[in-house]
Amino acid sequence: MTARLRWTLADGLTLVGRELGRLRHDPGELVAALMFPAVMVVLFGYVLGSAIRVPGGGDYREYLMPGLFAMVTFSSVMGVMTRTAADASRGVMDRFRSLPMARSAVPFGQTGADLLVGLLMLAVMVGAGLLVGWRAHLGPAAAVQAFLLMVVLRYALAWAGVYAGLAVGDDRVADAMVPLFLPFTMVSNAFVPTGGMPGWLRLLADWNPVSALTAATRELFGNPGLPSGEVAWPLAHPVAAVLLWSAALLVIFVPLSLRANRR
Amino acid sequence: MPDPIVVAEGLRKSFGDVHALRGLDLAVREGTVCGVLGPNGAGKTTAVRVLATLSAPDAGHARVAGHDVVRQAGEVRARIGLAGQYAAVDEKLTGRANLRMFGRLSHLSRREAHRRADELLERFGLTEAADRRVAGYSGGTRRRLDLIASLIHRPEVLFLDEPTTGLDPRSRGEIWDSVRALVADGTTVLLTTQYLDEADRLADDIAVVDHGRVIATGTPDELKATIGDRLDVVVEDPAALGPAAAVLTGLTGADPTTTGDDRLSVALPGGGLRLAGVVRELDRAGVAAADVRLRRPTLDEVFLRLTDRTEPVR
Ligand SMILES: Nc1ncnc2c1ncn2[C@@H]1O[C@H](COP(=O)(O)OP(=O)(O)OP(=O)(O)O)[C@@H](O)[C@H]1O
Ligand SMILES: [Mg+2]
Repeated sequence: MTARLRWTLADGLTLVGRELGRLRHDPGELVAALMFPAVMVVLFGYVLGSAIRVPGGGDYREYLMPGLFAMVTFSSVMGVMTRTAADASRGVMDRFRSLPMARSAVPFGQTGADLLVGLLMLAVMVGAGLLVGWRAHLGPAAAVQAFLLMVVLRYALAWAGVYAGLAVGDDRVADAMVPLFLPFTMVSNAFVPTGGMPGWLRLLADWNPVSALTAATRELFGNPGLPSGEVAWPLAHPVAAVLLWSAALLVIFVPLSLRANRR
Repeated sequence: MPDPIVVAEGLRKSFGDVHALRGLDLAVREGTVCGVLGPNGAGKTTAVRVLATLSAPDAGHARVAGHDVVRQAGEVRARIGLAGQYAAVDEKLTGRANLRMFGRLSHLSRREAHRRADELLERFGLTEAADRRVAGYSGGTRRRLDLIASLIHRPEVLFLDEPTTGLDPRSRGEIWDSVRALVADGTTVLLTTQYLDEADRLADDIAVVDHGRVIATGTPDELKATIGDRLDVVVEDPAALGPAAAVLTGLTGADPTTTGDDRLSVALPGGGLRLAGVVRELDRAGVAAADVRLRRPTLDEVFLRLTDRTEPVR
């Protein structure tokens, strides 16, 4: 292993430790982040769920959980973007750049820390899901594959977050962009079937990567609501679609982020 | 004389139409404090960012501690510290955790990073605040933490961009003491400021920057000497201000400025004036003077004269 790679890893780990330190000193942030999906389980599962009929039959909360898993996965873009933008606008990024550290450690540290946070959130979600009656029906191997898909896509999304944060460069702008997240995840099959949407919206929803991840995990968990008949390609091959999305995000945003970070 | 430890030659940097640096030359002697003075937008921060390897110049080159800031940026970074216009520390961590993190990122061993953090906190009187989160610090404490965070790897050259802007006088004094202590240890400091008294007190040499280039350099005394001494006159009756001004114009050939209800100040021409002569002339014009005194110009006066925006910039 070259010295350079070793330092990138070591510095990246230091920055992961930084994020964990922040969480330790400010547990409120983590609690808030964890409360959100839990509230969503209640809100959607019981309030809206009572009025929504799952296509092909089945329990709405079983239908809902993969959608919430997808939502939590996609939240990494926003989290990483706001944290990166805050570093950039407060001068912390400049300090990192003036240190003899490996520059690429900054995005690696940020995405690595997000992965840990993501695993924690997934664990809480699984607990909440089991409480409301959600189950993985196709055995542990398929369930593990579903979680791996989420983790892989989450990591790729975190790189998009790093780039967005560096490009925005101002935490107030980044904070103002966070509300866009909700409509983005809503225009998908995560909470309601796309069949009833007007044609143009359905097209957007079917090609939304949120839908691909939701469909993939529904398939792997054996949860209801799988599309039938003529459907868009990403929904017919959701696992492949998620892997392709992940690869595309990484291919695009890793080099872009590294370049923006070096500048 | 040994080679300067910071050398900039013909630095240029533009942001679209804005020419922030237009051929900036600078030299800082090792072990001294160089004060970079300039009005808002003069290019001070841009110059510091180039010297600290944060941005690459469009033209020109610079060497810091013997290394080129573009081609040997890594070598430069290992030898410099930077405290910018904002406190660049993680607000959600404690002061101690910040220092340890920056120590680790400067590639100190874990033990060394911890030791160095404790040592700096002790030395700069931050032990009491060390284990609280930075978010709860006062502005002055935050800046001091920022300053010591830039010292963690014992830099040879320290860049301080407006280290005391927005601080109360007591906090400013604390930062000044810290800077003096560093210089006593042999650290070279390049400091930008808009406070002239700060430069006057701390800097060995001053570079006045305007419109992206250095328009004057020298020790504070040398700069003061370039615009000559000043004559202050206080009259007993404010009504006599007009006649007094006429007398001073007659003697010096320059228009005095009114510095208060009952006082005037005027720049003296090269050779200077005899005080007795001034008193005699005022007397002759029937002006009762409460006080007449010669003094060195302040750095503010030098600065205003040098950066007078009404003069064309070449
Ligand atoms: N990243 C940037 N993009 C566009 N313009 C910039 C950028 N950085 C600086 N400038 C412009 O370059 C000029 C010099 O800015 P600089 O920040 O170096 O001045 P300064 O002397 O530090 O001023 P101040 O005393 O206000 O801090 C200004 O006109 C500023 O608006
Ligand atoms: Mg500035």
